[in-house]
Amino acid sequence: MLLRKFLAIIISLVVGIVFSACSNSTQSSGSSVEKTELKKLDGFDWKRFKGEEINVMLNQHPYAEAIIKRLPEFEKLTGIKVKYSVTPEESYFDKLTTALNAKNGNPDVFMTGSYQLWEYAPAGYIQELDPFVNDKNRTSSDYDINDFFEGVLNADKWDLVPGHKVGTGNLWAIPLGFEINVLHYNKRAFEQAGIKNPPKTFDELIEIATKLNGWNGEGSYGIAIRGTRSWATIHPGYMTSFSNHGAKDFEIENGKLVSKLNSSKSVEITKKFVELIKKAGPKDWSNYTWYQSSSDLGAGKAAMAYDADIFSFFNNKEGASKEAGNLAVAPPPATKNGNLGSNMWVWSIAMNKSSQKKDAAWLFMQYFTSKEHMIWGATQANVVDPARKSVWEDQGFKERISKIEGYEETFNSVIGNSTIKFTPQPEFFNTTTEWAAALQDIVNGADAQERLNQLANDINKRVERLRVK
Amino acid sequence: MQVEHKRGKFVQADSTTLLSNEEIKIPFLRKMRPYIILSPAFLLTIGILIPFGMAIYYSFTNFSFKYAVYNWIGLENYISMFKDPEFWHSVKVTIMYAGLATVIETVLGVIIALLLNRESVIAKSLRIVLIFPLVIAPVIATLIWQLMTNNSVGILSKWLRMVGVDNFTWGADPKTALFTVLVIDAWVFTPFVILLVLAGLRSLPKAPFESAMIDGGSAWFTFKNLTLPMIMPMLLIAVLFRLMASLQMFDIIFALTRGGPGNTLMTLPLTAYTEAFTYKELGYSLPYMLILWAFVYLISHYMVKYWSHTQKKASGK
Repeated sequence: MLLRKFLAIIISLVVGIVFSACSNSTQSSGSSVEKTELKKLDGFDWKRFKGEEINVMLNQHPYAEAIIKRLPEFEKLTGIKVKYSVTPEESYFDKLTTALNAKNGNPDVFMTGSYQLWEYAPAGYIQELDPFVNDKNRTSSDYDINDFFEGVLNADKWDLVPGHKVGTGNLWAIPLGFEINVLHYNKRAFEQAGIKNPPKTFDELIEIATKLNGWNGEGSYGIAIRGTRSWATIHPGYMTSFSNHGAKDFEIENGKLVSKLNSSKSVEITKKFVELIKKAGPKDWSNYTWYQSSSDLGAGKAAMAYDADIFSFFNNKEGASKEAGNLAVAPPPATKNGNLGSNMWVWSIAMNKSSQKKDAAWLFMQYFTSKEHMIWGATQANVVDPARKSVWEDQGFKERISKIEGYEETFNSVIGNSTIKFTPQPEFFNTTTEWAAALQDIVNGADAQERLNQLANDINKRVERLRVK
Repeated sequence: MQVEHKRGKFVQADSTTLLSNEEIKIPFLRKMRPYIILSPAFLLTIGILIPFGMAIYYSFTNFSFKYAVYNWIGLENYISMFKDPEFWHSVKVTIMYAGLATVIETVLGVIIALLLNRESVIAKSLRIVLIFPLVIAPVIATLIWQLMTNNSVGILSKWLRMVGVDNFTWGADPKTALFTVLVIDAWVFTPFVILLVLAGLRSLPKAPFESAMIDGGSAWFTFKNLTLPMIMPMLLIAVLFRLMASLQMFDIIFALTRGGPGNTLMTLPLTAYTEAFTYKELGYSLPYMLILWAFVYLISHYMVKYWSHTQKKASGK
């Protein structure tokens, strides 16, 4: 009897807690684009927020390592205490999204990719940075925001209207560095096969990659390309060729986002890409993440790779891989005439909208995206593809990248036309993951036009879920 | 002298009241003892009930990590889910995976346990060695298998090439993806079935088997009429655990193919995870989990009932 009473109390308590928690959440939900009122400051001073403590959430990455190494200098300069956590990328964004959703101001600052901003900004999780950047009392006079590559800085700007390009609206994060997607090739493989130059067109790429199958014995193949059922399969080589071919993922029609993945251009380039995978890609392509692709290039299993430029940067270091010293870089192969560009992945740091220590957080962001830190990171640490133009002009950095044949030339040839080529919208991860699943189906024999029609229909239904106009 | 307890008072047989409850001083701690003993269980229950209750609540909302506001939308998530062909596909894949994994592991587990139930040196050593896969986390086991089946560097692919099979791409091909995850599942979890069945076999009485031997019963006759009915309660426990775990299987499939190629291996837990954490649509993902919960609950409920029945039967009641 007593036990029953006790259980009844417990269950009603639980029901009460659940519903009060839920109703609290509903009430606390507010507008996503509230402007932040900042108090006026009198002149810029690194020491103004001495004694404050901020929490920083970092992804396991060379950019994070460079930040951690120089934390003592930052703490000494500002008197701000930094508590940080480092999480491997596999679970980083799950953890970060949950933390931001809690809206308790922890972390104050966090690393993010630009694609994630399309979810976090409409949700009201991140602080718009224009009021900080444009305030002389908050930003050091030598900060020079115009020193960032335009395409890279634009990747972190958006006006929150699905379908509007990046580069419009507020600045939501500050870039730390970026990756462009290029063609990596093994000089030894090319010499062995009597190939003098890297392929310039996509057809040449298919021909050469096919020729290089088996170039280094059993199991070796032409070109490493990512293939898992993940958005990460779409954004490197495939999206780069997709946009260079003139295809588009979305267009706005009658005020609505409409998928264009079944357009003739999209079908053409998808068929070419699938042909490349089938003829010269890894046999178990659909299991390939960036890690397998990079490893195969470094181990001499793949003669080429069409992926982020960091592949050759890291694999070419003495002792870093079996093929160190043999890897070179070339621009992405073209499918038609015109300026070549690349889709970009940008690592940035952003501020939590719920942070209670926004000024201290901004000092942190400012310090670790300053010219001085970026030059240090690019020459003394493992920071690759720094976001500031001045670093690329630095002699120390130039010397460092000169060890990789074609790296600087390729960078200079594509950077002007490189930025994020996707259409910003909050269902990005949803639509690109389904896109990757469709690509897998086409590689496994599905008809490209039919499968892309089905994908476009599916995506149109998914973007109907959008709750921002 | 007879004393009975009536409405809170101790009453002697001749109806003379001895002492009331209030008059007997029971120490406070003694009174609270049952609650103190049960409190960890109550805490655990609360810890389970709160997220469970919240999951039910949020399944009726359009809660998403992508938006600051969410609304009560009633049964909309459930209706969309039932209308979605991907849901029915994931139900089919979940049932196929769970059914096949359970059958394969049970059959293999029983055969290997019968082979190991003898006192030879080989059997003794194998009893230890065969448990090894069970102590490896399924994700790690999957990564090991991923390396072994890699087309460029994998040892299994190399062996297959040696015998003339050149294009077997394991988890990368929709035709062989289910087979590959089942092989990994069986490698990791068959030892669990072996362990339980072996424990059952070693606890069986010797007399019925000796009688069967004297009467000239064949090995098959003894297995079918004696061994199997007597180990049935143990076997059912193994089946119950494996079936429940296979229905909820996430790690092996996610680590190997993330549900691909295409949608080949998108089970209910994988679809729920993808909706919740990749697409950030928590409200939409929860009906998938709740359906899975109902499924697991019903199956385990009937299996436990059947298990009680077989236990009675095995003990001759």
